[in-house]
Amino acid sequence: MKRRTLLATGVAAAALVATGLPALAQDKTKVGFVFVGPVGDGGWTYEHNQGRLAIEEEFGDAVETVFVESVPEGPDAVRVMQQMALDGADLIFTTSFGYMDQTMEVAAKFPDVKFEHATGFKTADNVSTYSARFYEGRAVQGHIAGNLTKSNVIGYIGSFPIPEVVRGINASFLAAKAVNPDVQFKIVWAYTWFDPAKEAEAANVLIEQGADVILQHTDSTAPQAAAQAAGNVYTFGQASDMAEYAPMPRVSSIIDNWGPYYVERTKAVMDGTWETQQVWEGIGDGMVGIGDITDAVPAEVKASAEALRDAIAAGETHPFTGPVNKQDGSVWLADGETADDGTLLGMNFYVEGIEGDIPQ
Amino acid sequence: MDLSSINPILLLASLMVAATPILLAAIGELVVERAGVLNLGVEGMMITGAVCGFIIAVATGSPWLGFVGAAIGGAMLSLLFGVLTQFLLSNQVATGLALTLFGLGLSALMGQNYLGIRAPAFPDIHVPLLGDIPVIGPIVFQHDPMVYVGLFIVAAVWWFLNRTRAGLVLRAVGENHDAAHALGYHVRQTRLLAIMFGGACAGLGGAYLSLVRVPQWTEGMTAGAGWIALAIVVFASWRPGRLLLGAYIFGGVTVLQLNLQAAGLAVPVEYLSMSPYLATIAVLVIMSAGRAPGSLGRIFHAAR
Repeated sequence: MKRRTLLATGVAAAALVATGLPALAQDKTKVGFVFVGPVGDGGWTYEHNQGRLAIEEEFGDAVETVFVESVPEGPDAVRVMQQMALDGADLIFTTSFGYMDQTMEVAAKFPDVKFEHATGFKTADNVSTYSARFYEGRAVQGHIAGNLTKSNVIGYIGSFPIPEVVRGINASFLAAKAVNPDVQFKIVWAYTWFDPAKEAEAANVLIEQGADVILQHTDSTAPQAAAQAAGNVYTFGQASDMAEYAPMPRVSSIIDNWGPYYVERTKAVMDGTWETQQVWEGIGDGMVGIGDITDAVPAEVKASAEALRDAIAAGETHPFTGPVNKQDGSVWLADGETADDGTLLGMNFYVEGIEGDIPQ
Repeated sequence: MDLSSINPILLLASLMVAATPILLAAIGELVVERAGVLNLGVEGMMITGAVCGFIIAVATGSPWLGFVGAAIGGAMLSLLFGVLTQFLLSNQVATGLALTLFGLGLSALMGQNYLGIRAPAFPDIHVPLLGDIPVIGPIVFQHDPMVYVGLFIVAAVWWFLNRTRAGLVLRAVGENHDAAHALGYHVRQTRLLAIMFGGACAGLGGAYLSLVRVPQWTEGMTAGAGWIALAIVVFASWRPGRLLLGAYIFGGVTVLQLNLQAAGLAVPVEYLSMSPYLATIAVLVIMSAGRAPGSLGRIFHAAR
């Protein structure tokens, strides 16, 4: 008797699941986000989360967003993405380069779920990539840094030796070199996107070794705090404005603006018009913003930096314009030639004048 | 490569600062383990101390009160561990690991409204006369006060363990809790106090990160420092003097690694980040004299 009741209840429950839940799920488009750091990092992940909030604001009750923060780049990411897909996500943004293979793996298992992978280069029928041309912003930073430095030593905190970071180093170096031929870059690899203690230590080491401008390609504000403690060191906000450190040490910033893109892609999923694409937008498209240049920068430098920014935005200037040689002295770009996107996306060499090797 | 750009004086000076958080956490854990308790929750207590210290320092504007709050916060969390393991006789390894996970989550929750806020400044003290000695002055005598507090705690623990009666009782409890109990010493009480001291020290170590080293609050900011502290205790074979050495070696590895990179010499980071643990294993193998406290990790119940 008891078993029969149980069975009956079970059947009823199954029927409920079969009919009721999918109807509920179809009401809303569910958008998932996988974040590499905490949403409160004040940098990279913070801006992606702003993009998520932009979706909620745009579509209101028509969408539901979920996110998982501080997901390590590795097998854990697979688990997180799979869970999101199983929970009914229609669109999943994986917001770090290191999720590339994991995204491809999970996407193959869930052909009906759309995936958007940030800063990667692999695509599939249901995987698009999107990235911003941060190197355009890096060129503006390099221009300011080259003008500001008195010791001619610029420190650079790299995260991982991947093309995106190497590209940023090259772009800022070329721009700095253009205004200050004596400039020298000291590069430290932190091997993390987000580890405030390590980033602070890296900044301190660079300052101790004579750097008076620090560029960072890691996500926390710790290097800003280290520079502030040192007093006469300039920094730039990374990924987010980091305006709380303005006007000194933060003299400008690169701001990632993902909101419009996220809204557009969510709309495409809702309308059923989503297609695989590879998007790479820069200052001109509004995906990369240059934060307010503070008064700590001399007026003429500020003016020339803004002119450079506008020229890049208008497409008149390309940060990688020849003549540029590779580190070993071989010719990369002839006079007047600009770099093609393919080379930029896979950039694994330093340009001439940068010392040291890229770790393999 | 240009190794001359590394200034050895600044390197040693920053080594002292980099070693302080793990030194503080490790000295607390050393006392806990000498009392026969294995608390693997150092990381959780550190991060809880970091957020408690930060919240109180921001609220009061005083870094000193922040450190006091961090010590209390760390001790409160360790008290939870103490009650679970000493009164409810739960497994120490499992409880300690759970404490780490709990601490990471709790701190993230507590710190939600404190992201991106700056901590009140904590100025270095320039010791008069001593700080002006060439070479040694900048290395040893021009730091923030917590560096010296850390050294003082290490010295005090050494004195306590080796020169006081209470220290002897604590060691007796750690070596053989049944014998100590038979002699009429309060095993649970001693251990509970040791656990709270360990929590307070770990809290101070965490607050050193959030108030001095970084200085701001971010989730997960201890980034494994608590585990290194645990390794150092074993490396030091449970002796305060060697613990100081271990903390400086392990703290120095990070600083040296970054310095070498900035000078243009690329050392694979993986080797350096695993070096503390490799060194600990090597020490365990080589120094068979470094024997762990006899009752370490064992559950004590008076009726058994």
